[in-house]
Amino acid sequence: MRHPILILASVAGIIILANATHARSSTLDEVKKRGDLRCGVNIGLAGFSAPDDKGEWTGLDVDFCRAVASAIFKDPTKVKFVPLSAKERFTALQSGEVDLLSRNTTWTMSRDTQQGLAFVGVTYYDGQGFLVRKSLGLKSVAQLAGSSICMQTGTTNELNVADYFRTRSLSYNPVVFEKNEEAVAAYNLGRCDAYTTDASGLYAQRIKLADPAENVVLPEIISKEPLGPAVRQGDEQWVNLVQWTLFAWLNAEGLGVTRENVDEMLTSGNPEVRRLLGTEGDYGRGIGLDNDWAYQIVRNVGNYGQSFERNVGMGSRLDIARDQNKLWKDGGLHYAPPIR
Amino acid sequence: MASARTGPPRQTQSFAWLYDPRTRGIILQIALLVGVAAFFIEIALNTAANLKAQNIATGFGFLDRTAGFDISQTLIPYKSTSTYGQVFWVGLANTLLVAAIGIVLATMLGFTVGLARLSSNWLVARLATVYVEIVRNVPLLLQLLAWYFTLLIALPLPEAALQLPLGIGVTNRGLYLPAPVWQQGLGAVLIALLVGIAVSVAIGKWAKRKRLATGAQVSAFWFCFVAIVLPPLLVFLAYGAPLSFDYPKPGRFNLEGGIVLLPELIALLLGLTLYTAAFIAEIVRSGIEAVPRGQKEAAAALGLRPWQVQRLVVIPQAMRVIIPPLTNQYLNLTKNSSLAVAIGYPDLVSVFAGTVLNQTNQAVEVILITMGVYLAISLLTALLMNWFNARMALVER
Repeated sequence: MRHPILILASVAGIIILANATHARSSTLDEVKKRGDLRCGVNIGLAGFSAPDDKGEWTGLDVDFCRAVASAIFKDPTKVKFVPLSAKERFTALQSGEVDLLSRNTTWTMSRDTQQGLAFVGVTYYDGQGFLVRKSLGLKSVAQLAGSSICMQTGTTNELNVADYFRTRSLSYNPVVFEKNEEAVAAYNLGRCDAYTTDASGLYAQRIKLADPAENVVLPEIISKEPLGPAVRQGDEQWVNLVQWTLFAWLNAEGLGVTRENVDEMLTSGNPEVRRLLGTEGDYGRGIGLDNDWAYQIVRNVGNYGQSFERNVGMGSRLDIARDQNKLWKDGGLHYAPPIR
Repeated sequence: MASARTGPPRQTQSFAWLYDPRTRGIILQIALLVGVAAFFIEIALNTAANLKAQNIATGFGFLDRTAGFDISQTLIPYKSTSTYGQVFWVGLANTLLVAAIGIVLATMLGFTVGLARLSSNWLVARLATVYVEIVRNVPLLLQLLAWYFTLLIALPLPEAALQLPLGIGVTNRGLYLPAPVWQQGLGAVLIALLVGIAVSVAIGKWAKRKRLATGAQVSAFWFCFVAIVLPPLLVFLAYGAPLSFDYPKPGRFNLEGGIVLLPELIALLLGLTLYTAAFIAEIVRSGIEAVPRGQKEAAAALGLRPWQVQRLVVIPQAMRVIIPPLTNQYLNLTKNSSLAVAIGYPDLVSVFAGTVLNQTNQAVEVILITMGVYLAISLLTALLMNWFNARMALVER
């Protein structure tokens, strides 16, 4: 205590340190310096993000993380996956714990405008559905009046159910869990008559039930759930990079560029393909990457359609039809702006 | 510092105060205080600035916005159109309910097991030991999950509801009790009951005064019993039994009507009670063992019966040792109730620090409020127990 100056200096030092966090450097620079991309994913949702039997993360959301890593590092393995619950996800992104949230997250206005998040697009067009036991013989959601419904906290699902039953003046008993596994386990043990989440999630959870064939997904969908990746607001370069990774992923499918033929396509005469793969133009520079950024995405993870079929589509255990997740020209909703 | 006192005797007058250890001490303390205050203010301002820079909403205005979700157990009126502020009160009420019931049950069970540990009956003492050692050495979260899923598996589905006497229904969706329906005249019965209780308290005081004055044992038990039971019964019959019940009846999916105790609540209470009671049992045992053997022997020598020895001599002295750590256990139970979120019980952490935080994403505000509430509950409990402790303290005469 002989040097009050020292104490004051250290206090001032702390204040300066605290202030230093005001200034953020660019996310891309941070990611490059760190040498890996930190990607927030679901703790375990078959088809979207779940560790396989070798401990490798797989799924559509996981593939998107790998696509971004491929664009930046030309290496799909330079991703550190951070499993997050529905409750933790936004805080993890805001606090900088992850660079990118690719975790079946619904794009809503309040999330996009009030929570410091920026959604870059849609990877999966979904809607909320209900899983019920076949023996109940139900045809529509309204017939669930008076029933108990299991769901997960911190989701748009919780709000949609409340809206649905309130506007129809029907009653129901919500049973809300923090983790999906517990909600599904409780449904499985008969605590609830129905389990609700996005339809994709219902198919993913159904294959884990004791007797999948005894459970059906009601055909009625009660909400719009456009699921997509999100980043922090305020770093336009990073927003663009992640957004155009998604667009390149979709455009590659539209142009018929696949993981298998991408090297042959390098010599293609189609100017759209040439701009996508970087053999023509200087499109990578605008997002701080080399011109072969999209080539790396397709070479390492394939195009969107390939990833879809592999993880959730007919080539997977989930067996989900593509329907509205087809490209626009095939009658679906996916429509990516052109690279030019 | 010592050098200041023995240093050169005559400094220039204007700087002499600098070498006064007392003044220096005060200056240093003020500087430190200002530094610490500046540090925390800076953190607050920095947080606010960063949140603003990231375009994250701040402030407490969200408490007035519509919540939009439903809650499975609400002790106070709540609809999905209520505000986030109302969600807070619903969650708080649910937390307090579990804490209050849990504390009462854990105390009763804890004292019983604590006494059983000291029992001269070999089997009883061993069983109590086994219970204590198993329960307090397994993580509470696992116990809660185990209880919850055991209940869901063990109890019947609603279509096969177990119908008990008195209209009680048991399913794995909850324990359904008949709900009393308030009718004209029931208020008078309640008043009669209160009068009866007041009369018996007076009788008890009179009996104690008489015993202290004359030494004669006056048994007031039957007087009190009659005073409490008879007047309400008469009023009840005079009004023509003004009480009916809303019995739970099978509905399309669940039993409907009556009062429902959710399996989440039952599992949480089971887990918290059994876990905390194991610790309380050890506290009770140590408290009783802390009373010197001579006290019991002296009491026995005076001719007191064994239960009188326990009640009049041992327990009052043991309580002095028991109460402070018991307070700790009460606080632990209250704080542990926040594990409710794992099994779907809508406590404060689950609905407010969980759902509301997620909907509004105002983590700083929500967590601050939640921490403040737990702090307040804990401080209140501690205050109450300190007061109780002061009352129980040995008065030296």
